[in-house]
Formats: sequence, structure tokens, C-alpha cells
Amino acid sequence: MSSTGFRIRIRRPGRLAAEAAALLVAAAVAFPLYWMVLSAFKPAGEVQSTNPRPWTLSPSLDSFRRVFEQQEFGRYFLNSLVVASAVVLASAVIAFLAATAVTRFRFRFRTTLLIMFLVAQMVPIEALTIPLFFLMRDFGQLNTLGSLILPHIAFSLPFAIWMLRGFVKAVPEALEEQAMIDGAGRTRFLWQILFPLVFPGLVATSVFSFISTWNDFLFAKSFLISDTSQSTLPMALLVFFKPDENDWGGIMAGSTVMTIPVLVFFVLVQRRLVSGLGGAVKD
Amino acid sequence: MTTAPRTKEAAPAPDRAGARLPGPRAARPSRRTPRRRTGSAWTPWLYLLPALVVLGGLLVYPIYQLGLISFLEYTQAQVSGGEPTTFQGLGNYRELFADPQFWQVLLATVLFAAACVLATLAVGCALAVLLTRIRALPRLALMLAALGAWATPAVTGSTVWVFLFDPDYGPVNRVLGLGDFSWTYGRYSAFALVLFEVVWCSFPFVMVTVYAGIKAIPSEVLEAAALDGASQWRIWRSVTAPMLRPILVVVTIQSIIWDFKVFTQIYVMTGGGGIAGQNLVLNVYAYQKAFASSQYSLGSAIGVVMLLILLTVTLVYLRLIRRQGEEL
Repeated sequence: MSSTGFRIRIRRPGRLAAEAAALLVAAAVAFPLYWMVLSAFKPAGEVQSTNPRPWTLSPSLDSFRRVFEQQEFGRYFLNSLVVASAVVLASAVIAFLAATAVTRFRFRFRTTLLIMFLVAQMVPIEALTIPLFFLMRDFGQLNTLGSLILPHIAFSLPFAIWMLRGFVKAVPEALEEQAMIDGAGRTRFLWQILFPLVFPGLVATSVFSFISTWNDFLFAKSFLISDTSQSTLPMALLVFFKPDENDWGGIMAGSTVMTIPVLVFFVLVQRRLVSGLGGAVKD
Repeated sequence: MTTAPRTKEAAPAPDRAGARLPGPRAARPSRRTPRRRTGSAWTPWLYLLPALVVLGGLLVYPIYQLGLISFLEYTQAQVSGGEPTTFQGLGNYRELFADPQFWQVLLATVLFAAACVLATLAVGCALAVLLTRIRALPRLALMLAALGAWATPAVTGSTVWVFLFDPDYGPVNRVLGLGDFSWTYGRYSAFALVLFEVVWCSFPFVMVTVYAGIKAIPSEVLEAAALDGASQWRIWRSVTAPMLRPILVVVTIQSIIWDFKVFTQIYVMTGGGGIAGQNLVLNVYAYQKAFASSQYSLGSAIGVVMLLILLTVTLVYLRLIRRQGEEL
């Protein structure tokens, strides 16, 4: 805070008011998540109570039991995990190669390509659901996890390449020359020297591809039409919505199961994420 | 697929001597020479190959297909192969533009996205400024809460917000004394409810980015302005805001793009577009046309309209960053 000493030369009551406001906002922002977890642990009677209390004195695992035993959430969780991991791994490797190409080489159409990657980020992937549906059908991929993995690799690539650019650029070229003099081939340099150095950037990039894939609802809904064993978590959650009476306990337990891993992941990598974001914006 | 390029590029290609291209790098050739020796003009393309194959097959080709289908007669009959596909020219677009519902949905989409963008930016920027004025502990609390909202998947965020505002079991109506007022019943209240969720999950990106931007402004500049007798407001308007401009452009454009194509929130929170489609936005409208009523060509035409709108936004964005002299 000392570096911005000037800006906080506000009278104490002003700062205290600001801090109180910040804490209030923090509580309000966190409240939906608190309510989600709380409702997941409430016994059924309390969830469906017209006089909801912000605490529970008799936490129960009934809702979670319903989620895992009746609805096979374990399987959907695994499906989601397989899809997200495949996308993260594949797009990290492909984006690393592409980012290396556009930052460490000068060639014709380089700038054109970069602009294309930027434009590609803006393509509304939702608009491509229809042609992708037919593409997946023609390749016999409907109702398979592949129908989710393939499009998501494509959609996370432009952003990943764009973001990794800054990290690859930051590796000094002298290092490369040194490696060459020491007798390392290009392939060896690429994977044994550059790759580990760029790895922090890959982590930040991967968070974004992981989250967009983990959250995907539209493709799962459109491409996994008849085989529910291939469902991913977002789809499975909707099972608890019923025309007559929603099973709110089940919905909240399912939501908790789906949110907590991402939340933990986010908190673990948040420093990398924020610095990566700063790098990408600045660059 | 990704291993193929790296086994090949070890062999030096014969044409590498003439491969040097004019450009900024050519001006300082001596440092480049050792690196050029080991590669060839094809090396960057080999590295790019997997990315180009994936993007070509799953992004470029589908865009072409989308355009194509929007010009065809393509319903369940054609999809199942029962009837031949016929070229319609602009027929689908004529049908779409003649439908008053399309214009109503388009207007709703634009207004809803605009409201979301404005609210997100206002909340995000205000909280970013707030973050600069508080000590580390409350700042951490707000950061963590925002991180939580940011990380929450759209589907679960939607379900939780619907539950919070549930007329029977939700705490919000109880606290506000609204009785059994149903938020999803009315058109505007349903849009408002979705807006709350969208702002909740997207303000953190704006807040964190703008906060990082403010922190990056050297304090000497601000001190100098203060010594010259500028008021807080004047400093903000004349020093901070202009220096934040590039970042504000990025977050604004990102928000526009993001909010314009909201799907999950509308779909989950209003049950597929609200009562009698009152809460439809273009995305959900296209989905319903294509997958619920098998009018794939109409759905594709809507997709093309959306693509064109976002392409326009992107071009404006490119012009803006070009004008700021960013090197690609």
C-alpha cells in the first residue's frame, strides 16, 4: 500500500467507511455461494420451507446422497473431467507450438494470422452449434464425449495462442542461441528449455480453457441428445428441475459438486491467473 | 497429431538461404544468423499446422456451413435424407426479417446486452476504485468473494440465483417483503433477474483488470497532479481515466461480446426463453428454431446475423487498438 501512499491520504473515517462498504459488498457477492452450500446441507424440510433461515442446526447429506446414488453424478463428474482435461492438454500443446511460431519467427502472413486469431476469439461459438451438430453427426460423434472435446479445443485455441504469445516472447532469445551453441537441436530446445519456461503461462491459459469447457451447457445439450450416460455435469443438473416441484436440495447439492472443484482450482492458481491476465491485456 | 511436425523439422530444407524475409528483423541480422541455420522457412508453418488444422476444421468450415445452410431449405425432412435440399437464396432471411418476433428478439438482445455491459462496467470500475482505497485485509475479502463469483459455472450460478429469488423458498422475497412475487413471470422482472446473475459473475473480470490498471499508474504522476493543485475528481478525469483507456476498451469490448451471446443464464433461469418466449435473446432463439422446431435454416440465418453483429464489434475493436499503436 505504501507505493500508493498518496491516494490513501484520505481522512480515517473515509477509509473506514470504504472498508465497511467493501466488506458489505464482499458478503453480498459471496452470499449466493454460501446459500448454495448451505441449502445443499439442509435437510429436505428446511430447504422447502417458506421461512428460510440463513443457517441450519441439523446438516444432512441426504441431498448429496440423492445426487450421487439416484443420478450417477459420479459418472457425470468423471465425464466432465475427461472432457475438460483432454481439452486442456491438447490445446496447451497445440497453442504452445503456434505461439512459438508467431513470436519467434518472422514469416509472411504472420500479422495476418495474428489478426485472424484475434478475430477468431470473437466468433460466437453458440452460432456454430448447428453446423457443428451436422459435422459431429457426419463423423458419428454425436452422443460421445468427443463431440464436446473437439469443438472446445478449437474454441480455446485462439485465446490460448494470443495469451501465450507474451510468455514465449518473454524468454530471452540469447537463451536459444546459447542452447544452439551447446548443441541442442530445435526440437530439444522447444520441449526441454522453452516449454518449462513458458509453463506458468500455460497454467494461466489452461484455467480459461478448463473453465469454459467445464461450464459448457449448450454443446452438451445439443450434441448429447439420447445417451445420458455420456452427460456432463451442467446437463445432469437439469434433471432436478421438474414441472411441478423442483428438487432444490438436489439442485443445490449438484451445483455445489460442480462448483467446488473450479473454485479450488481458481484459488490455487489465482496469482498466475491475475498476472497472466495482466500480461495479456498489457501486451 | 502434435508430434508430427517436430520429427520433420530437424532436416534442414534446401531453400533456407533465400528464406529471409524483409522486415524489422532484417535490420539486425548478425544476431539472427545462428538461429536461422538450424531451421527453415517451413518451421513456423510446421509449428502452426496442428492449430490451423483444428481451427480450419472446427471453426472456419462450420462458419462456411452456417452460411450455406442459411441459404438452403433445411428442415427435418432434409436432415433425415427424405427430401433433397434446395437452394433458397435469401428466402430464409426474407422469412426471418418478415417475422415481427425476430425484430422483437433482436431489440431485446441489444437492450439486454447493453444493460448488462453498463451495469457490469459500473459495478466493476466502482469496486476497482474502492479496492485502491482500502487496506489489505478487506481487499482480500472482496477479491476472494469476486473470485468465487467469477469461478462459478454459468449453470450453477443460474440455478442458485433462481433459488435465491424463488417465490416460495427464496430468502430475497422474504427479506424484501415481496411475498410470493414471481420474478420469472413478468418479462422485465425476469430479464432483471438474469441481469443480476450476469453482472454478478462478470463484474470480477472488470474489477480485477481495472484494479491492475490503476495500480500500474506510477504514483509520481498522481502526486505531481496533486501538487499542482488538482482536485481528486480532476485527477481522475484528466490523469487516471486517460491512462486507463486501453484497459477500459478491452473490458468493454469483452463485455459486449460476452453479454451479447448469453445463452445458459437465459435458458436455465427463464426455462428456455420465458413464458411465450418473452425472454428470448438471439442465441436462445436460434437454438429453439433449430433444435426445438427443426428449422435449421432459420436458426442458421439467425446465427449469421449474430456473427455479423459481433464481427462489426470486433472490427471496431481492432481499429481502436490499432489507433493506440499496438504492435502485433
